[in-house]
Parts: sequence; structure tokens; C-alpha cells
Amino acid sequence: MSVSGVPRHWRSLRERYRLLGTYCENCKTSFFPPRKICPKCRRKGRTREVEFSGRGRVFSYTVIHVGSKTFEEYTPYIIGLIELQEGPRVLSQIVDCKPEDVHIGMMVEACFRKLFEQEDGGIISYGFKFRPVDDSWAEYYDRLLADRAMVEKT
Amino acid sequence: MKREVAIVAVGATKFGEHWSKGLKDLAWEAGVQAVEEAGISGKDVQYIVFGNMSGGMFEGQEHVGALVAEFLGLNPVPATRVEAACASGGVAFFQGYLAVASGMYDLVAVGGIEKMTDVEPSQATEILSAAMDYEWEAYFGATFPGVYALIATRYMHDYGLKPETLAEVAVKNHYHGSMNPLAHFRNRITVEDVLSSPFVAYPLRRNDCCPISDGAACVLLAPLDEARKYTDTPIIVKAVAQASDTLSLLERRDICTLDATVHAAEKAFAMAKLTRKDVDLVEVHDCFTIAEILALEDLGFCAKGEAFKLYEEGETYVGGRLPVNTDGGLKAGGHAVGATGVKQIVEIVKQLRGEAEGGRQVDGAEVGLAHNVGGSGATAVVTILSRR
Ligand SMILES: [Zn+2]
Repeated sequence: MSVSGVPRHWRSLRERYRLLGTYCENCKTSFFPPRKICPKCRRKGRTREVEFSGRGRVFSYTVIHVGSKTFEEYTPYIIGLIELQEGPRVLSQIVDCKPEDVHIGMMVEACFRKLFEQEDGGIISYGFKFRPVDDSWAEYYDRLLADRAMVEKT
Repeated sequence: MKREVAIVAVGATKFGEHWSKGLKDLAWEAGVQAVEEAGISGKDVQYIVFGNMSGGMFEGQEHVGALVAEFLGLNPVPATRVEAACASGGVAFFQGYLAVASGMYDLVAVGGIEKMTDVEPSQATEILSAAMDYEWEAYFGATFPGVYALIATRYMHDYGLKPETLAEVAVKNHYHGSMNPLAHFRNRITVEDVLSSPFVAYPLRRNDCCPISDGAACVLLAPLDEARKYTDTPIIVKAVAQASDTLSLLERRDICTLDATVHAAEKAFAMAKLTRKDVDLVEVHDCFTIAEILALEDLGFCAKGEAFKLYEEGETYVGGRLPVNTDGGLKAGGHAVGATGVKQIVEIVKQLRGEAEGGRQVDGAEVGLAHNVGGSGATAVVTILSRR
């Protein structure tokens, strides 16, 4: 079934490849998926595009054993609801992780992977997935982000 | 000036695999039953509105409104198909209610029809995933059971719900289904049966999930002050309320609460001027076992995190304090997506008339509530019916 035509795929390409969202200067809130206006502040909002760090924690997860036709060949695979460091949640696959090891609160980071291949040699769809981050790395990343925020402020 | 509305007749097919019947045949079967029960000619129907999620994807057939009118020999009666995924039937009922309450029409047929088994199951899974946010959920590999599984994992983490308690939801619904001749499944199952069935989307197993069914249901609506022309036992529509929420889970305030259900329920109880204590039985949208748990909490029958108590104490069985899904619900009764919202109303009507067969009649039932959900909670419809 061709639920995802080529033009439709291209429209969302930037967000899917780079994890882009919207940040509102007025209420200091980040949103994903990207918005035209701030849902909190409406017209008073001052929004700009933001690229998320790609780091976050598993808020909830499931292991898909029965996939839809497009994803049938990839089962079993993990789907996570990830809470990004910046606040918003994204839904994505969690890879490089055994189904029995995934847990709520697990630290993950975004990576760029193939998502699926359309039938009959159709286009290959890419996008972000998430993979576990070693906890010792987590601390390092947190410092790095804090430093970057400092630099941006000055 | 709003008129009071009554249900004057009902009809429903068995839910299940109807290999020899198409969408039109199912519509015919349910429609004819309702028309005969009311003792009218089909030509007396002034407006037809019915729920159908996806004739286009399941059968390659769109424009099914006029198609059904034609097949029922009712042209030129206006016929409208409404779509709100699994809440299509409930939304159709809301539209039919508005048509009569507004004074626009005096006899309206509300239906729900879905023909799902002409496609293979993986195809059906794909079609149903269109009820979620395609771009940010299905595209990344989430399935419909998968989204409810995300809710279940978090709910179990936050409230300590055990898989055994979830299993009790399915066990109870199969028990009720065994008493309903129109149910998809009529076998009883045990907690062990549920816990030994294979995973569909962890932590949900096959027996946590409703089946894919074919089926149709129909009710006839008339102004209350004309209802006795058609029946001795009109059932009064005390309230219908519909609410919307985000299609995707991503942006929900709390993934363990369906806010659309909360809003629709608050509105419906206010409209009916009734309280939760007045309700004798409910039909809730148990597309997955976890969904029934959420429904009882979000409808306000218990606090968040506490629905499990009702199951541990057996209160949701016929004979209990709050019988839930006396027809077997979606799990055993079956889920023909666009028809489910109307099928739930048919069951409440039978119960309030005292006509529920097979030993599943709730003694002295006066008030019943139906709760129909689309997708993972983007649409919810709550209907409250009363015998007087
Ligand atoms: Zn804002």
C-alpha cells in the first residue's frame, strides 16, 4: 500500500533527518513536531526553529511483534516514547538494544538510520532512531550541553 | 428549541468473519431489522447517517453513503457516511441525534458498517494505523496496538497494574460474550489463556487485543413525543457529547488519560443531569484491555490508577456493582470499527428494554452509558440512555 508517496516524504525530510522542532522565546518552551505558531501563546508567541540535542530518556516503550505490512520484516523491534532533554516527546525506534534491556528512564540519543523500504524496489525511507547511551557518557554530554548553553547566552 | 430524542428501533448483525457478505449486505441486514421492528417502510426514513472508517482502504469503495441508500432502495433519501476511525459509529449517532433534536428530521436511521476481512491481517493492521498520526507515529513503525502498548507500559510503571489484572478484563469480556449470540467470540477464557498468548506489542498479548470483525448495526431515532407511534418501549437519549484531542501520543498532557473521554463524559453527565451513581451499566471502548481500564477512570467511575480494584472484586460482571461490556465488548463482542459505536448503543437499548438474552440481562437497568473512542483517543463520544 503506498500510504507514503514521494512528495509527502520530501515534505517532512528536514524534520525527520535532523530532529527539528519549534522554540518559543515568549514562553521558553520547545515543541515537536514543528509548529507554525506557539500553541501556548498563540499570536503572542515568538517562535523559531530549533534543532534538538537528540538526547533524552525513555518515557515508555513497547516491543512490536506483529508489524504492519511495511514493517512486518523488521519484527520484533522496539518503539519508544522518548522525552527529549529540551522537553518535547518523540516516538521512534530504539536500536542497538535488546528488547529485554530497554527500560523506562533509560538514556538514549538520536541516530540516523534506514526506516523502511517501500515494496517493489520503491524509495528507501530514512529518519531518526534512538540508541542507548552509556551512563558515564550521559554525564559528559550534560556538561557539554550546559557549556554550549553558556556560550549561546554570552 | 431542542427536542427530546428517543431510540425507537434497533438492529445488528453478528460481528465476526462474514466471508459471504459485503458492506452492502451487512447494511441491509441491520437496517431491515430496525425498520421491521419499528413497523415502518424504509421510505419513511428521512435521513441516513452512518459510520464507516475505511470502505476505501478495506474494499476500494468510497462514496458509500449514496451506495447504501441505493442498495436499500431508499433513493433519493439523503445518506451521509461519517468517519472518525473507530469512533465513526458514535460520531454518526451524534449527527443523527442533532438532526432530530434540531427539528430538521422526524425519523433518522443511524448506522455503522465495516467490512474488514477481505484484506489480510497485516494489511488491516496497516489500515488501522491510519487512525493514528501517520507522519510522527506510523511512519516510524508504531502500530495501533503498539501505541496502546506504550500507554500500558507507562501505566503499569506509574500505578503498578499487573498483567493478571489486565487479563481479567479479557476474561470478563469473553464470559459476557459467551452469553451474546451476536458476539464474534463465544468461548470463555482464563487468565492463563491470556498470559500464555503471544505478544502483539509488549506488554499487550493477542488476548489483550480485540479482533478484526465484519459487522453492522442500526438504530432509528425519532422525537420523544412521537416515539410511541413506533414502539412501546422508547429509550430516551439523555445526552450525547463528543470531544477531540491530539491524534498522536507525543503531545498529550498525560498518556495514561484520554482527555477526550474526560471532556465528553463531563459534558454528557451535565447534559443528562445525572451522576455516575445513576448509571446501571456501561459499554466502553475496550479495543485493548488497557483501554477499558483507562475508560472507567476517565469516565469518572473511579480515580486514576484505581480501576484495578473493580476487577479484583469482580464488580464489572453482570450482577456486579458496575457491569461493563455486557455484550462482550470489543474484545469478545468484536470490533467492526465503523459499526462499534452503534453496536454499543444497541446493547444498551436491549438492556434498558430488559431484552438482553443468554443470562446477561442486568436486573432493573434504568440508565446506561456508551463510550466510543477513535484512534488512541483523538475522538471520544459518550452517550447516556435512559428508560424514562
Ligand atoms: Zn509560547
